[in-house]
Parts: sequence; C-alpha cells; structure tokens
Amino acid sequence: MRHLESLEQMADTVQVEDALSVEAQKRQPLYAGRVEVYPKDVSGRFRRIKWAALVGLLAIYYIVPWLRWDRGAEAPDQAVLVDMAHERLYFFFIEIWPQEVYYLAGLLILAAVGLFLVTSIAGRVWCGYSCPQTVWTDLFMWVERLIEGDRNARIKLDKSAPSLDKAARKTLKHALWLVIAAATGGAWIMYFNDAPTVVRAIFTGQASPTVYFFAGLFTATTYLLAGWAREQVCTYMCPWPRIQAAMLDEDSLVVTYEKWRGEPRGKHKKGQSWDDRGDCVDCNMCVAVCPTGIDIRDGNQLECIGCALCIDACNSVMERVGRPANLITYDTERNQQNRALGQPSSYQLARPRTVIYSLLFLVVAGVMLWSLIFRPTFDINVLHERSPLFVTLSDGDIRNGYTIKLLNQTRAARAFVLSLDGPPAATMQVVGQPGDAHEAVVLNARADSVATFRVYVTLPKGEMPGDTVPINFVLRDEARGEESVYQASFRGPAR
Amino acid sequence: MPTKVEKDAITGTETTGHEWDGIKELNTPLPRWWLYVLYATIAWSLVYYVLYPTIPGSKGLLGYSQRVELSENLARAKARQAGNLKRVAATPMAEIRGDPELLNFVLTGGRAAFADNCAPCHAPGGAGRPEYPVLADDDWLWGGGLEQIQHTILYGVRNGHEEARFGEMPAFGADGLLEADQIEAVADHVLALSEGGAADGVGAEIYAENCAACHGASGEGGRDFGAPRLSDQIWLYGGKRSDVLAQIRRPRHGVMPSWTGRLDETTIKMLTIYVHALGGGE
Repeated sequence: MRHLESLEQMADTVQVEDALSVEAQKRQPLYAGRVEVYPKDVSGRFRRIKWAALVGLLAIYYIVPWLRWDRGAEAPDQAVLVDMAHERLYFFFIEIWPQEVYYLAGLLILAAVGLFLVTSIAGRVWCGYSCPQTVWTDLFMWVERLIEGDRNARIKLDKSAPSLDKAARKTLKHALWLVIAAATGGAWIMYFNDAPTVVRAIFTGQASPTVYFFAGLFTATTYLLAGWAREQVCTYMCPWPRIQAAMLDEDSLVVTYEKWRGEPRGKHKKGQSWDDRGDCVDCNMCVAVCPTGIDIRDGNQLECIGCALCIDACNSVMERVGRPANLITYDTERNQQNRALGQPSSYQLARPRTVIYSLLFLVVAGVMLWSLIFRPTFDINVLHERSPLFVTLSDGDIRNGYTIKLLNQTRAARAFVLSLDGPPAATMQVVGQPGDAHEAVVLNARADSVATFRVYVTLPKGEMPGDTVPINFVLRDEARGEESVYQASFRGPAR
Repeated sequence: MPTKVEKDAITGTETTGHEWDGIKELNTPLPRWWLYVLYATIAWSLVYYVLYPTIPGSKGLLGYSQRVELSENLARAKARQAGNLKRVAATPMAEIRGDPELLNFVLTGGRAAFADNCAPCHAPGGAGRPEYPVLADDDWLWGGGLEQIQHTILYGVRNGHEEARFGEMPAFGADGLLEADQIEAVADHVLALSEGGAADGVGAEIYAENCAACHGASGEGGRDFGAPRLSDQIWLYGGKRSDVLAQIRRPRHGVMPSWTGRLDETTIKMLTIYVHALGGGE
C-alpha cells in the first residue's frame, strides 16, 4: 500500500514520455562538459574572514617547517618533522616512535569528531574556509583576478579571439600558478626532511629522486586541483559533501535564502513599491560570486561549500535598494520556519548530536592527553625463540631462549635491571654477560635506541609442572623507579 | 530498449528507471573530463604494452626483466658483503666473536647458510630431529669447540672422506658378540648411568669389558670416536629401554656430508660460529 502511495506521489515529480517522441527530440547526452565558473569579486564580513583564514592557514603551512626546537645534539632540531629514515615523528616536545602510531590514529579520530561537531553546529565551515582545496583555489582565483580581471573581463577574455594580450595574460597566470604550486609541493617535502637542508639540496640539484618526485607530484596536484579542477573536486571527488548531510539537523546553522521574504522575486526600479512582492531583486549577484556556480535560492544543496560569499554579495545589494540585510543568511532551518510564521527566534545549541560529539571529543582528547603525559619512557619486548622452542640440556634441565628488546625512549643512556618473575628455581643467563644463573641482570641501553639481548632461562629437571609455565620479565629503572613487565611463557617437553 | 523514458520534472533529467522506496535515480550525465580520464588510462595501457614485456615473447622497448633486476640486486648485495667477507676470511674465529659488528654479520650469514644447507637434517635453529643431533644443547658427539665444529663441518661424519669423523659401534646383537640376556643387562646399566646411578653386577661388568673403551668408564662418552655420553639425559636414538636395546643389538650410525668444496671456507667459518652460538658452544 505504501508503495502505491509513493508511486502516486512520484507522479507529481516524474513525467513519463513516449520513448519515440523523446527519440525524435534530442536525446540527453551521456557526458556533460564543464560549465566554467567565473566567480565575481566580493567584499564584506565573510570575505574578510575568508581572507584572514587563507592568510593564517597558508602562513602555518609554509612557516611551520622552519620552526626550530632544540632536542640536543643527537636529534634533529626541526619542530615538526616526520623522520621516515629514523622512524621518528617529532612535534615540538613530543617524540613518537613507530609503535606509538596510535597517537596519530587518535589525532585523526579527534579531527573527524571535531569536524562532525563543527558541522552539526555551523554547517560546512570546514569546506568554506579551511579545506586546503578551498584555500588554494581561493589563492589561485586571486591570482587569476589580478591578471585577467574580474568576472566580466574574464568571460570576455575567454570568448575573445586569440591575441597577444590573451596569450600573455594566460601564460603569466599559469606561470604564477605553477610557482605557487611548486612552493606548495616544496613545503610539503619540508615536513619530511630538514627544511634548510632540503631546500638547499633542491636548488643545487642534490636532493634525492624521492624528494624531486614528491615535490613534483604535489606541485602537479596543486596546479591541477586548484587551477583546473576547482569546484569539481568538491562536487565529484570529495566524499564529505555526501556525508556531511548526516551531521546537519534543523538546528544547524547553514547558508540559506529567506524564501519567505524574498519571493516572489523580480527586478525592481528605484521608486517602485515593495508591496506585494519579495525582497529579492533577482540581480543574480549571489550566483555570480559563488565559487561553485550554484544558485543558493534553490535551497541547500550538495555543491554549496558554505563559504557565505553570497551573503556578502546580497547584503551589498540589499543595502543599495534599502531593504533589510541578510536576505541570504547564516541561520537554522527551524529559525527560518519560525521567522516565516512571525514567531520569535529560537536557537538550540545543546542537541543530542552536539552533546554526543562534544563528549566524544573530550573523551578522546582526554585519553590521548592522559596517555601522553603518563606514557612510559621505556618499554620491553620479548620474542620467545621458536626453533628450538626448548632445549633439553645434558643434565636434563630445560632451557628456553628469548630475544629481549629494550626501548629507551629518552635522550640519555640508561641502565635497567632485568629480573624474572616465575618459578623460583628458574635462572637466567644473558649471552655476552659473564657468569650464569643470575636472578637479576643490569642491562645498558644507549640513548634513544633499541637494545637487543639474548637471554637463556633454565629450569631444573622436574621443576616443570606442565609443558608451559608462565614467566614474566620485569624491567626496572632503579633511578626513576619505573617498571615494565612482559608476560612470556616457558615451554618444555609434553608430558 | 525501454519504450518509455521518464524525466524528472524539477531538473528535466532522465531517470534510469531504477527505483528505491519511491525514489527514482536520475541519469545525471557524467562530467566529460571523467570520460577523458578513462581515455587517458586506455592510452597509458597502450604505452605500457609497448614499453614493458606485456605480450608473451616480447621484451618491450625498455627491455625490463624482473629476473635481470633480481640478479642485479643480488650482485649489488654480494658487492656490499665483499668487504665484510674479506674481513671474516682474514680474522681468526675467536677474534670475530669479540667484534660485535663483524659477529652480527657472521651470525646473519651463518643463519642463512644454515637454513640452506643444514636445517633439512638439524632443523632450523639447530633444534635437531630424531636421529639427527640437536646443535643448540650442551652435548657434543665430536666436540663443541670452534675448531672441532669447524672440522666436523669441513669433513663431515662417516662419509668416506679421509679426514671425516669416524667411529663405529659393533653390532653386539646382530653379530652375536653378546648374548640376549647380556644385552638386556647392559641396557639396564646404561639406563642407570643416565640417572646418575651405576648398577653393580652383570651389566656393569659387561659394560666395562665391551663399552667403556669408547663410552668411558662412567659413561662420560668418547669424542675421539664420536661415542655419545651415556651419563646424561640426551638420547640421539631415543631413551626408552627398547631404543637402547635396539641400538646395542644393531646400532645405527649417522652420516654427514663433507662440506669442503661445496661451501667456501668463509661460509664454513660463518657456519661454525653460528652453530657455536646456538646455545651450546664450548
């Protein structure tokens, strides 16, 4: 029954035509060419915020690799560095080892939850102001405007016949784009290499092929994505526009057109009455400034990146014609409905989704902070030798071999005491250390390194209660009073 | 070929005719650049066909071959090892053991050579197999010092080589050297030796007369003949009474090939140090 009802509803929106008659008309093409977007320059509050975000974010991106951080003579002094060759990640005072890569996972979770939270509160501000695609596209458009002029001039130039002026302007634009792209790709490399060194190496031709490859790759992608693909990245490639709708509800702030007071729209001549018509003068300014080339008056849509430039554009027009500002505005759907009915505004920040996202954010951030503060400065890893799993010695004792790795994550050499916590009769011998049958041994680990030791544990004949005995290796730093325990097992012949 | 074509009233776009819960899918045209990307990948595949050995029999314009690359990589690796190998050849074994860097190289090389040549019988890590001695324990038939291990690897055991380790136990049962009950008695004595005791009586007497010459008066073994130590807990051919009886009646003798000529001296040196370091070196 419901199915039938929905079909009837569909009848309002779907026209069924005879195939032959459609065939006689022009069939819809399978592929659509790109409709070039020529965003018009605009000024206003949101444009100023967007400029500030652009300058700030680009400054962070280009300057951060040059910040220095003293870690002593042994370690690199770059504040933020991913050191692939030495398997370290440096972030100011934090140093991450490969096995601690879960901090990176935690950071990504924080970023995702943060994005969800911000989106559920204020819509696609990430897309509109801080996404790299937006920032670099904006920068490229600025360059384009500088050389080819504003919207109308650019449309005219593109339509004009080939000329020296056209060629010169186009060449200059692409050259500048490539310079910016190269600077972008180059800066990316600096996060993985010592910045001053790699810059010198790049310009003297002594950098590694990997460096040139990745610098070239990111130059090419920046140039293509910010110069050529632009809004198509958001519309066709990026998954976020399709996901973000799930974060929004009727209390999320979105860029929206006040249809209830804008319609019916129409041209307006100075002195004409505003009675019996909407405030929208159909000037199309909101469409002209849109970086994705859409009409916000059609409602909230997938292509809208929430940059709010249409608000700036519309407000300048509303001011000119003397109508109230914010015909296009940042508002919630609920509030728009209230205002359309003449009811008072109501904003609701605390909703289940914002509360849950906030709590999730705080919990993940708290766990990460806690584990970062209390993370051990050393660790022990034990590999039980598998071949042979155990050796029967001539006097009938059972011996197991272990490879013990000590991770000293500090910048100072340290001495650890290794002891056994298992059957009381078990003794330990470290290969290369004089004597045998120790209960505890002092092991030295150099600064910021992994020290490897081979250890034999022997259990006298008849002391094995079964074919497996749990055995713990306890590593203590006497000076700091820290301790790390590894649970291993001791194997003997099956009974 | 559908007889009816549906168009969405709002967008004017055709639908695909697919419907989910009353929602019809629009047949929105793909962006044209997407089509060009597809063409570009097809063009690239043609380039790839020409450059690389894609068609059986053709070598491709670049003449690339994974086999050649492998042999080049192996040659490079060999060249990188050359310096260390020279040092191993020139350094006495005891000194190598005192040089952690060189020792690490030797143990790594030794492990690889062991896995290729020795592990089929002695098992990875020298864990041993039934009838093939464990190399990781502290019991040695022919001696566990560096020189002795090297000699065993160089010339092998009972293989006819004139330098090979050799020793043979008489078949006391099969050749009628001892009576059945005498064999039973001496087997009991041998088992007692292993437990630390020594039975007085017939077994001990027979042992003293027939076995002690090689295996030692108290079963301590004789390395000149590869005669196993009997006073320990390790049994090459099994420690059950039936195993011991079988070995006295008709002994089995292990054979190991001589590695002289099969492996170069440096490799044998590395193997020696590796086996010595398995856990029982003397």
